[in-house]
Amino acid sequence: MREITVAQAINEALAEEMALNPEVYVFGEDIGDFGGCFGVTAGLKKKFPDRVMDTPISETGIMGLAAGGAYMGLKMVPEIMFSDFIGVAMDYLLNQVSKSRYMGGMLPKGDVCGLVLRVPNGAGLTAAAQHSQCTEALLMNIPGLKIAIPSTPHDYKGMLKYAIRGSDPVVFFEHKMLYGVKGPVPDEDYVVPFCSADVKREGNDVTVIATQMMVHKSLAAAEKLAKEGISVEVVDPRSLKPLDSDTIISSVKKTGRVVLVSEAPVFGNALAEVGLQIAERAMHDLKAAPLRVCGPNRPIPFTPVLEKQWIVSEEDIINGIKKVLE
Amino acid sequence: MKVSNDDLIKLYGNMWLIRMFEQRAADLFAKGALPGFIHLGIGQEAFMAGTHYSIKPGDSVGTSHREHGLLLLLGITPDALMAELYGKVTGSNKGKGGSMHACLPENGALGCNGILGSAQTIINGYGFAHKVRNTGNIAVTIFGDGAANRGDVHEGMNLASVMNLPVVFIIVDNGYGISMSSKNSSVVTDLSARAAGYGMPGVTADGNDVLAVIEATSEAFKRAREGGGPSVVEFKTYRHRGHFEGDPTPYRSKEELEMWMKKDPILRLEKILLDRSVINEKQMKDIKAEQMAIVDAAQKFAEESPYPEGSEGYGDVFYEYEGRD
Repeated sequence: MREITVAQAINEALAEEMALNPEVYVFGEDIGDFGGCFGVTAGLKKKFPDRVMDTPISETGIMGLAAGGAYMGLKMVPEIMFSDFIGVAMDYLLNQVSKSRYMGGMLPKGDVCGLVLRVPNGAGLTAAAQHSQCTEALLMNIPGLKIAIPSTPHDYKGMLKYAIRGSDPVVFFEHKMLYGVKGPVPDEDYVVPFCSADVKREGNDVTVIATQMMVHKSLAAAEKLAKEGISVEVVDPRSLKPLDSDTIISSVKKTGRVVLVSEAPVFGNALAEVGLQIAERAMHDLKAAPLRVCGPNRPIPFTPVLEKQWIVSEEDIINGIKKVLE
Repeated sequence: MKVSNDDLIKLYGNMWLIRMFEQRAADLFAKGALPGFIHLGIGQEAFMAGTHYSIKPGDSVGTSHREHGLLLLLGITPDALMAELYGKVTGSNKGKGGSMHACLPENGALGCNGILGSAQTIINGYGFAHKVRNTGNIAVTIFGDGAANRGDVHEGMNLASVMNLPVVFIIVDNGYGISMSSKNSSVVTDLSARAAGYGMPGVTADGNDVLAVIEATSEAFKRAREGGGPSVVEFKTYRHRGHFEGDPTPYRSKEELEMWMKKDPILRLEKILLDRSVINEKQMKDIKAEQMAIVDAAQKFAEESPYPEGSEGYGDVFYEYEGRD
């Protein structure tokens, strides 16, 4: 199978869905001729000059445009340049697109809100504390939103296509450090549905539940530990909402040990919900207390030396796994 | 804009429907029959009836806190609106929206956004859809002197202008944002002046003169329909009631209220009707009685309607949900 990068996978997903549906609109800051700050939408405006739109620096304006268009039945795919900036447009996630269908208001088609907000997540570019965060946990407690958090080119493409074909509001987290990562992606059309956690590596001794960049680090850790005779299963939830807890629970029941790995700060981390669901449904299958290996409860520092120390490393994951095996 | 005698009579009936519906809601709220909060539009009927006059089928109209009346004119039946105020399952939103969020989206009656300012960016999405689908329709957003100061309104107006969207921003300056006088929340006397900052036309009109309202809105709507882009229309008016029912209004004087009562928009239309001999006092009485009967029936319908079943509280969240809750 051919190998492409995450950025190419996203670009292909957008182009294919735009070709398939003339009412898909992609817009945001500097995404047109410039191709987006990370080059993800490069060339898209040439293919679809009227449906790829540059906007002023207006995160609330972007989200308002997206919401109203989606209520009218258009497929709106806005981008907010960094996931750190969603605070500026938080009202649209907290009070608007997540509530409209329920309250019955502002939905001329009566029942749809096809909106996929793409937001780049994550540290690793020495961009300091306002351009480096993973903000998915902020959205976990909002009924009415779906949250996608993929890790491989295959999943990025399939889940983005699935999201655009759907009729619900989705926040689609893209990890900046994954844009250049390559992986196998089929030539033919396919989608990856939400609520389909993926066992990225099978194992018997311990379950690692990881998201985005941490999936790759956990796989590398598992590879090293295999040489020491430790068999690690790595599960990628792929979507946090809806959460495929069944796949997670059956893995934990098999191994009896679990490590939750996320780049975001540990306190109130999105994976805390996963941990508690494990406690509710599989506590008696556990041979050790679940362990979180997550970012520190501190802002992300600028200087490369400190940033490297801040980000969860392969070694941190290896240490965590060994701890639950003690 | 020439308004025919028949249309004047219709406007008169519409304004009485609004007044009587709102008066009934006030009475029912005072008796404890209606839950939550309600914000009433008594005194602001002219701007609602006049704005509705130039709305066409397919247009999208977002209202604000006290526009039950405009929702009725846009096609929510008095029965469905009253039932929604009661929180009954027969309400326009099955009792899940209430006074503030009552709506009938298929008629373009988008209802009120609980977050001031957000509707003024969302309206651009409606305008955008009309534009790319070439519907010839427009999107109208109504908001108050209070909401006008939100930052989102700035982004909404700028984007509408940059994208040349068929959107009309209607600012209703009724004197107060809750308790704060509009004189103190902005140093600009006419909020329509802000339009200049976005390179779009802005006008201010007497919101208690239904004919002035029709003049201002018909021009702005026509411009938007013809591809001339967005504009701002501001109406100066006054709410006779407090911000919400039960508001003791310590922030305004009796004299001020009395001064505005003399400018009551319904009295002003009655004067026009009598001066032009459009109808006589007996016909006026008949029109009022007709509207009163509609409101009586709506109250009866709402009272006799059931509350939603418990399961209703859990539905209508996603179009499709793949997981368990």
